[in-house]
Amino acid sequence: MTSSGLIASSVTRARKLSAEEINEIEHEITLYADKKAVGLEALKIVQKHQGWVSDESLLAISQYLDIPGSDLEGVATFFNLIFRRPVGKNVILLCNSVSCWIMGCDEIKDYIKEKLGIDFGETSDDGEFTFLPVPCLGDCDRAPSMMVGDNLHRNLTLDKIDEIIQQYRNQ
Amino acid sequence: MITKPLTKNIDMARGPLNISDYQAVDGYQSVQVIAKGLSPQDTLELVKASGLKGRGGAGFPTGLKWSFVPQGDNSPKQKYFVVNADEMEPGTFKDRLLMEGDPHLLIEGVIIGSYAIQASKAYIFLRGEYTVSERALEKAIDEAYEKGYLGSNILGTGFNLDVILHTSAGRYICGEETALLNALEGKRAIPRAKPPFPQVSGLWGKPTIVNNVETICNLPGILTYGVDWYHGLTKGKDHGTKLFGVSGKVNTPGCWELPLGTPIRELFENHAGGMRDGLELKGFLPGGGSTDFMLPEHLDLNLDYDEITKAGSRLATGTMIILDSGTCPVGMVGNLMKFFSQESCGFCTPCRDGLPWVDEIFNEFENGCGSEKDLEILHEHVDYLGPGRTFCALAPGATAPLGSGLKYFAEDFHRHIKDKRCPYKH
Ligand SMILES: Cc1cc2nc3c(=O)[nH]c(=O)nc-3n(C[C@H](O)[C@H](O)[C@H](O)COP(=O)(O)O)c2cc1C
Ligand code: SF4
Ligand code: FES
Repeated sequence: MTSSGLIASSVTRARKLSAEEINEIEHEITLYADKKAVGLEALKIVQKHQGWVSDESLLAISQYLDIPGSDLEGVATFFNLIFRRPVGKNVILLCNSVSCWIMGCDEIKDYIKEKLGIDFGETSDDGEFTFLPVPCLGDCDRAPSMMVGDNLHRNLTLDKIDEIIQQYRNQ
Repeated sequence: MITKPLTKNIDMARGPLNISDYQAVDGYQSVQVIAKGLSPQDTLELVKASGLKGRGGAGFPTGLKWSFVPQGDNSPKQKYFVVNADEMEPGTFKDRLLMEGDPHLLIEGVIIGSYAIQASKAYIFLRGEYTVSERALEKAIDEAYEKGYLGSNILGTGFNLDVILHTSAGRYICGEETALLNALEGKRAIPRAKPPFPQVSGLWGKPTIVNNVETICNLPGILTYGVDWYHGLTKGKDHGTKLFGVSGKVNTPGCWELPLGTPIRELFENHAGGMRDGLELKGFLPGGGSTDFMLPEHLDLNLDYDEITKAGSRLATGTMIILDSGTCPVGMVGNLMKFFSQESCGFCTPCRDGLPWVDEIFNEFENGCGSEKDLEILHEHVDYLGPGRTFCALAPGATAPLGSGLKYFAEDFHRHIKDKRCPYKH
C-alpha cells in the first residue's frame, strides 16, 4: 500500500499529468483551505483536457492530491457530469424534468434517438454524439430545453433538432 | 423610485452591465455606505429590520440566520460566506436570470453579507451546467477586484474579502446546504447531521452562512435605499419583491419581478397570459417541484409566504409549474418522482429505497398495470418519506406533490386502474 491507499500494481497504471493540468490544479489548491478539497476541480480539469476521466487519470489525481483512490472514485461517480467512460465529441444533455416533460421532451427524445441511433447513455458509432438526460436546466420558460457541450438550445421542435445536429456535424 | 431592485439592470438582449455602467446606476453604493462607517453589527440590524426572508426555498429570516454566527474575540477568526447558486429544483429558473443578467448585483450582495458576518472568504457554489452564468460571474469578479471592491482593505475599511467561484458537476442534493459544504470540501455531497448548524460549524468546521442567490441580490438595495424604501415595495405582509416564474402550457411563460403579496391571478393572467387556447388550468405547483399542488380556486390568494402555507403548500422558489387539462396529472407526479428517486443521495433508507419503489409504481400506472394495492402503497409513502423520517428535506419535498397529487387527482389515478391505460394518451 502507498500513502494514498492504492495497491502498488494499480499505481503503476497512473498516467502522468500534463504540465498544463498540474498548473491548473495548483491554482485551484490556492483557493481552498485544504488541498484534498480540490478533487472535483482536478477531475474537471483532467476531463476538460482528456475528454473523460480514465482509471489512469483518476489514479494520477489521487496520488497528486493524496486522496485515497476509493474516496476520489466516490466523488467521481457521484457527479453526473464527470464521465468515467469515453464520450463523443459532443455531449447532448436533454432535460427530462417536469416542465420540459409537459412541453413534450419525450417526443424530442424519441426523435433524437431515432435520428442518431442512440439511447440515453450511448455514443454514436461515428463518435460524434453522446446522449444523456439531465435534470431541470433552469430554462423551464423556454422548454423543451437541452445543452450540447456548453451551449443551451431552447424551445426545441423536431425541425430545430435537425438544424442543431447538422450544425454540430459541420463543426 | 426604484420598484424592481432585482431586475432593474437586466436586459437580456443587451447582456449584463460592465462595472462602470453598473456603478453609474447606483452600483456598489452599498459598499460606499459601509466605507462611510456602517458597522457589521449595524449592517446586520438593517437586514433584520428589512424583514428579508430566504429565497432558496425555506423562507428563513436572513438577519436572524446571520445573528447565529458567533462573533467577538473568542469566536473562530475565519468565517465563510457561501452563495447557493446550485439551482436545480425542477421548474425553477430564477437565479439563472439574476446571474446572467446582472452579475455585479450578486457580487455587491456577497460583499455586504460577508462584511456583516465578518467573513474574509466567500465561495459561490455554481451549478456546473450554468456556463453563461460562470462566464458572467468570472468577469464581474475580475472587474470588482480591479476597482478595489474585493481584495484587501476594501475602500479603506480594513475589511478583506476574496470571492471564489466553484463550479459543481450536477447533483440536486448539492443544493441542500450541508451537502453543499461537504461538496466544497471535496467530499461526496451527503447532508450533515444538524446540529451543529453551519452558522456555528460549517465549512471546515468554521462558522458559515449559506444564502440563496436571490436572497443576496436583495441586500444592495436595502443598504443603498434604506429599510423604509424596502418596506414600501411589498403589497402584502412579507417584505420586498420576488422573482416569480410560470412554466407549462400558458401563452407567455417567463419570469418577472413582482411585489410580494401580488395576487396569483395577476401573475398567471396578466404576466403569463393565461392558458393556451383549448386548455384549462387544472392545478399548479406554486414554487417548484417540492411544493404541494394548488387548484384554480386558489388563484385569488396572494403570493405571500403565510397565505400559501395556509392553503397547504409553500411559496418556496416562487416558480409556478402549470398542470393543464390535456396533461396527465399521474404522469406529471410520476416525472417528479423519477427525478427525486434519481437524485436521492442514498444516505438514508426511507429515501434510498422508498423513492425508487414509488417511481416503479408510477411506471406501472403509466403502463396500465396500476392496482388499488399500488395506490395504497403510494399513500403509505407520503407518510414514510415525510418530515422527520429522513435525514434531509429531499424526501419530504417529494411527498409534497405526491400527497397533494393523490388527494386532488384521485379520480385520475382510479381511471388509470380502471381503463388499464393512461386516459390522456391517444
Ligand atoms: C434537496 C435540497 C435542494 C436544495 N437546493 C437548493 C438550491 O438549489 N438553491 C438554494 O438556494 N437552496 C436550495 N435548498 C435550500 C438550502 O438548503 C438552504 O435552505 C438555502 O440555500 C438557504 O438560503 P436562504 O436562507 O437564502 O434561502 C435545497 C434544499 C434541499 C433540501
Ligand atoms: S433524505 Fe434522501 S437525499 Fe436526504 S439524506 Fe436521506 S437519502 Fe440523502
Ligand atoms: S424542466 Fe426542463 S429546463 Fe426546467
